Amino acid sequence: MKLAYWMYAGPAHIGTLRVASSFKNVHAIMHAPLGDDYFNVMRSMLERERDFTPVTASIVDRHVLARGSQEKVVDNITRKDKEERPDLIVLTPTCTSSILQEDLQNFVDRASITSNSDVILADVNHYRVNELQAADRTLEQVVRYYLEKARRQGTLDQSITKEPSANIIGIFTLGFHNQHDCRELKRLLQDLNIKINKVIPEGGSVKDLQDLPKAWFNLVPYREIGLMTAIYLEKKFGMPYISITPMGIVDTAECIRQIEKHVNNLVPNKKINYEPYIDQQTRFVSQAAWFSRSIDCQNLTGKKAVVFGDATHAASITRILAREMGIRVSCTGTYCKHDAEWFKEQVQGFCDEILITDDHTKVGDMIARIEPSAIFGTQMERHIGKRLDIPCGVISSPVHIQNFPLGYRPFLGYEGTNQIADLVYNSFTLGMEDHLLEIFGGHDTKEVITKSLSTDTDLTWNHESQLELNKIPGFVRGKIKRNTEKFARQNNITNITVEIMYAAKEALSA
Amino acid sequence: MSNKISEILTFECETGNYHTFCPISCVAWLYQKIEDSFFLVVGTKTCGYFLQNALGVMIFAEPRYAMAELEEGDISAQLNDYEELKRLCLQIKKDRNPSVIIWIGTCTTEIIKMDLEGMAPKLENEIGIPIVVARANGLDYASTQGEDTVLAAMAHRCPEQILLSEKKKVIQDSNIQNFFSFLSLEKKETTNKNKNFEELKKNPPLVLFGSLPSTVASQLSSELKRQSVQVSGWLPAQRYTDLPSLGDQVYVCGINPFLSRTATTLMRRRKCKLIGAPFPIGPDGTRAWIEKICSVFGIKTEGLEKREEQIWENLKDYLDLVRGKSVFFMGDNLLEISLARFLIRCGMIVYEIGIPYLDKRYQAAELLFLQNTCKKMSIPMPRIVEKPDNYNQIQRMRELKPDLAITGMAHANPLEARGINTKWSVEFTFAQIHGFTNARDVLELVTRPLRRNNNLENLGWSNLTKKETKNKI
Repeated sequence: MKLAYWMYAGPAHIGTLRVASSFKNVHAIMHAPLGDDYFNVMRSMLERERDFTPVTASIVDRHVLARGSQEKVVDNITRKDKEERPDLIVLTPTCTSSILQEDLQNFVDRASITSNSDVILADVNHYRVNELQAADRTLEQVVRYYLEKARRQGTLDQSITKEPSANIIGIFTLGFHNQHDCRELKRLLQDLNIKINKVIPEGGSVKDLQDLPKAWFNLVPYREIGLMTAIYLEKKFGMPYISITPMGIVDTAECIRQIEKHVNNLVPNKKINYEPYIDQQTRFVSQAAWFSRSIDCQNLTGKKAVVFGDATHAASITRILAREMGIRVSCTGTYCKHDAEWFKEQVQGFCDEILITDDHTKVGDMIARIEPSAIFGTQMERHIGKRLDIPCGVISSPVHIQNFPLGYRPFLGYEGTNQIADLVYNSFTLGMEDHLLEIFGGHDTKEVITKSLSTDTDLTWNHESQLELNKIPGFVRGKIKRNTEKFARQNNITNITVEIMYAAKEALSA
Repeated sequence: MSNKISEILTFECETGNYHTFCPISCVAWLYQKIEDSFFLVVGTKTCGYFLQNALGVMIFAEPRYAMAELEEGDISAQLNDYEELKRLCLQIKKDRNPSVIIWIGTCTTEIIKMDLEGMAPKLENEIGIPIVVARANGLDYASTQGEDTVLAAMAHRCPEQILLSEKKKVIQDSNIQNFFSFLSLEKKETTNKNKNFEELKKNPPLVLFGSLPSTVASQLSSELKRQSVQVSGWLPAQRYTDLPSLGDQVYVCGINPFLSRTATTLMRRRKCKLIGAPFPIGPDGTRAWIEKICSVFGIKTEGLEKREEQIWENLKDYLDLVRGKSVFFMGDNLLEISLARFLIRCGMIVYEIGIPYLDKRYQAAELLFLQNTCKKMSIPMPRIVEKPDNYNQIQRMRELKPDLAITGMAHANPLEARGINTKWSVEFTFAQIHGFTNARDVLELVTRPLRRNNNLENLGWSNLTKKETKNKI
């Protein structure tokens, strides 16, 4: 048992439902007790979905507990088949149903005899994988199911398209800025004269999955979902895939170079060269490269930042901050513990320390200790920032409704670099403004705040020293306070006077 | 699936495929109500994820609730439940030092048959903090019924009302009935003896049950006081240590329609006398509630009629908005019967009252009141659908085209996109809706989509779905 107040990644079935409801005309039936259909609320509220979320529950109640589901699940599947006529019904186990150990596969087999829809059982272990891993797994399962079906029926056409083409794998519902990223990726590929073969799962139809092998290569923009599918397609059909996230100028260029390589592999006679495109975009279309040179960004040099999020976003943002903006990343971390090795490798050399945890209190304590000028994290870090008075830019799930903006806000591609530059700059300016206010005798009447999440300290500050502390500009005040207290503790002093403050400053050269 | 509206109350029961909150959501308001409590939800990631998302920003305010998240080792019994819970509870004791820890049992603890009720007394002795067990799981209950399970469990912890000759001696907490506190209590009682005695002569002890924000609770108490009815306690009180005394001389009355289990426990286990009244929602409900309590105590009410009239008078602007409009309750929080009755009295037409579970005995007075209200307003009786089926309901709504659907958040946006106004039902659980004072708040909620529409009406955007998907509703 674990005492938990908050979690970064949801339970496995959420991942399965996200994939299922991203496809067009796919219905998911959860084998779950009443109240577990909370996914529908999230999708309807966060994504502001106009359509009913294609997820229903086959309710597990006391009767089911006593005598098993019997006909219930099969009836619910066939009923949904008649009502909605979906192409595919995904029976989704939940944590509750997985300990009931009913033979759900048997229900699926029985239901698929009578229903016109295809029926599959999502194959995820609730106690071993989280939301993201389950999503990855389910997408692969659906793709595999339809490709194998096509192969059996002899409808699988393995020839590739005449023109270079690509599949985009891993765009799905409730993903962080996924819709905008998808539009940006399509634009990028269009610029490169590459046709979009299929985008899955968002808006895709399972009937079209058999056309996946027609593309020249697969593009997997996010680390968390789509990789398993891409690896499966590579193994089965020899399709190459690109898993470099085109986030930030350097990585976008790198991603395009990979595309160039794969395209050129397939057309040996006429070589394609994307370098002029990269150069043009980098220097003139994206404003981010210019921004890095501008004096605005100069002011950010060496400022401390902390990054935390899913593996994809945290790694990319860390590299952008360090490599493209000259910001010092004091600590970077991810809650994707299952992908820790990859993450460490990605951020090696771009940060001072790495934190792999899914415990938000550890993240909070880390931030309190480091006292960065800005945080780039999830909604949780935003709240930590609020309490510590540190600005925060949200760069990764889990997120609230305000992170599903109506306006166009991609994180990927060249427009993405502009958006990220704005986000970073705005987070820091808030901090700068604050400090300018202080320097020019702002209107600060606040009491001193302790830059720590836990209430500690047995030290008392006398009146004069408090006044003196208040005179110190806010952006270094916390540090001075901490250093003074550290000095006081080392010397067994409990009452802090102005003299002690000066002594501490001298001793620690703070 | 006929949409004919009949003359008598009809009860139907559908498949139970409906959307509602998990009953563990009750910790959201109960931990705020009971200030010295700590709620420990013994369940899985799924429960935690629900709470975290349903409670939104509350999660960041260092709440006094947490998950005891079960891991694979707990499910397969490789770990010892008792030792694990002891470890977590000791940590809670160290960090928060609450007066009571409430374990919320979930579906998972039911299925693996974790003996929470058996472990609680043992652990309670060991760590010195009362542990109350409530099985608020989705296998048995829906949304607000979670509160019912917690209050029913707490009813067992209320101290016993002891009668000594004519004088009543109140022992605040059986845990602290040592000799000295007993003495001081007795002393205090003798000094106030005459005054207390006078009051007690007026009405026997009355305990109200149901969790309300403290302002609403004191509003209701003072409404009763105007009729010289003294409320001797609330279940739950603001603090666990202030739970009211119960016994066979104590009258109890519910303030919410979803507390049938608590009512049963109070009657059968604590031998209290239950006053079956309509619930104090809306000015009509509040008046009927007070009248019923007074009639049980043989008190003649004073000025109630005038007070009710005055409230209706104040609601006039809102009543003009709702009159003649139709409502469809999809049903997910058990407040539906009372709300429908109030809205009918406001002049609305109710097509359907969906409700997760209907205890016809506990809600008897409310049902009768609903029937009378319909007659009085000459409006056809709505159909009452227990354990509704959301899919069928949406089909019915498509035919009936109600002016307002009161529904869960899962359906609200899709219905709005199809031109049906909606109000989230969950807001009625969180808003202050009880008593005369808060009648306006109920209508504020109900009229919000209607008022919004008055602003947007002529823009021609009410249906925002594409043709192909439209036929699905």
